[in-house]
Amino acid sequence: MSDRPHPILIGIAALVYLFLVVPLVIVVGAALSDTTYLTFPPRGLSLRWFENIFQISAFRRTIVTSLQIASLGTLFALMIGIPAAYALNRFRVELPRWIATLFVLPILVPEIVFGFALLKSLTVGAGVPIFAALLIGHTLLVLPYVVRVIGASLASFDFSIEEAAISLGSAPLKTFFTIVLPNVRAGVLAAFILAFITSLNDVSVSLFLTGPGISTLPIQILAHVEQFFDPTVASVSVLLMFLTVAVMAVVERTLGLTFLAK
Amino acid sequence: MTQPLDINAVSAHYGTTRVLQDLSLSIQAGELVSLLGASGCGKTTTLRLIAGFLSPTSGSISLGGRDLTRLPPHRRDIGLVFQNYALFPHLSVLDNVAFGLKQRGIAPADRRRRAFAMLERVGLTALAERAPGALSGGQKQRVALARALVIEPPLLMFDEPLSNLDARLRVDMRVEIRQLQRANGTTSVYVTHDQEEAFSISDRVAIMNAGRLMQFGQPEVLYRRPANTFVARFVGFENIIPFKAVARDNGTVTVETAGMRLRLPQDAFGAIPDTFLLATRPDGLMVSTDPAADGLPARLGLRTYLGRAYQYRCDTAAGHLIANGMLTTPLEPGANVQLVPVPEQCCILASEEAQG
Repeated sequence: MSDRPHPILIGIAALVYLFLVVPLVIVVGAALSDTTYLTFPPRGLSLRWFENIFQISAFRRTIVTSLQIASLGTLFALMIGIPAAYALNRFRVELPRWIATLFVLPILVPEIVFGFALLKSLTVGAGVPIFAALLIGHTLLVLPYVVRVIGASLASFDFSIEEAAISLGSAPLKTFFTIVLPNVRAGVLAAFILAFITSLNDVSVSLFLTGPGISTLPIQILAHVEQFFDPTVASVSVLLMFLTVAVMAVVERTLGLTFLAK
Repeated sequence: MTQPLDINAVSAHYGTTRVLQDLSLSIQAGELVSLLGASGCGKTTTLRLIAGFLSPTSGSISLGGRDLTRLPPHRRDIGLVFQNYALFPHLSVLDNVAFGLKQRGIAPADRRRRAFAMLERVGLTALAERAPGALSGGQKQRVALARALVIEPPLLMFDEPLSNLDARLRVDMRVEIRQLQRANGTTSVYVTHDQEEAFSISDRVAIMNAGRLMQFGQPEVLYRRPANTFVARFVGFENIIPFKAVARDNGTVTVETAGMRLRLPQDAFGAIPDTFLLATRPDGLMVSTDPAADGLPARLGLRTYLGRAYQYRCDTAAGHLIANGMLTTPLEPGANVQLVPVPEQCCILASEEAQG
């Protein structure tokens, strides 16, 4: 007997791929259409709608803003989330349970409520500038992913390894960077990707926090669709997909995605 | 290089629970001392206090006259060997061993040479470039040992180092540990719950229970002369019988328990107080079929075969006792016999009240 999977299994797998891939094919197709309206299959082939993205200054600005917010927000979330996840695991017995729950609240609360709450407290209440409010909002939005994913990595980390290093003369902070962090790098990497992509694609929180002159790419796409029906929206969607894939590719190149499976 | 360790009246708490009470231990330079006891007795707590991962609520710890109590763990200069090896998974075997030398600012070439020399001593040079994950349990523990020894610490500590190994390897490894420790003359603290392991390799053993030191001494002393009922039971004195001295004459003392009388020779037993506990191992009660023998009358119960002897559960007026009988004369359950205490296999303990 061969080890070939069962035909039904192959069929189901094929269907899953079909459902995942077909919408993407349609979007890519529509983006390449030479028409002035959205259509599939594309009529004629043209890159002019991609060119158009960069001719609309709102898209140019929001792409930059989105990348800035996603990078800085992820960075801040990692800076807060890594020590938090470490403390939550290292002092699991000593710390009260509700502290762990605190860090997942932004996921538990409906995003639309979370966004509104941030608007009321940050923008309206404290008068925080729009960019800063967006950054704080996105940091908080992705923080639960960082804490959970890195926490999961740390949960299987044997802390006696850390103690071994300390007993051999390595100071605690140095030990964290030379011993603990290298052993949870898979978690850090996964958290980075998840956080960056979540931030880049977020709509509900950004909807409340964007304001005059400052917006993110998904919000700009929404605004554009409300007024225009040209393939720009498809091409910008392809661009967003490309950015996501680019992040994965960079990670794959520099560190290797095999770490994620570890 | 090797230094004495002094633990002075140390108490420790987890929250409000006291886990160690007034522990004092003086360990001489070059000595290997085991902390022995069941889980929760405070032996691992003691080790963690010495290592600096826990702080005592009172008392002090000093190593070679240097007060460790307020020193952070990374500056204590203590070699640690863990139960689960705790090797650095992202470093090669050689880099694991060289880690402590790196922290001490030793040049790369020099630390490589010294780490390699240490690996040679534990017979693992062939695996120097491997990742720890690819090693067997015994090999991992050798690497852990090399990693702790290469920094030439004044104190070496082992936390149940052999618990994760199979029985055969455990015996081999403990001999190896003892040989390395002897050769280096490093003062060592060895935590274990295995009595045979502790007794076989230690200069002295500290038996602990419920956060307190029960007895500290050479294995031979603990084994033959336990100081209290806890240690007596721990080292296998299965029968502990309360007695009262009722008459003393001509070097024999007549003692009584539950209406049974017995004459004990004073010289063989040493000082016999007015009330005491007689502790014996099963070998310490001779099973005699002579009705005139000077022993405790008993009726034999279940017989089990130990290989070197038969063991009997015996019913007496003082309760169940366990005695070993000779292989040459197996006795049937129900037989009436006398259980005669053998002085060399017995030990006299202060009564429970006097032990406090």
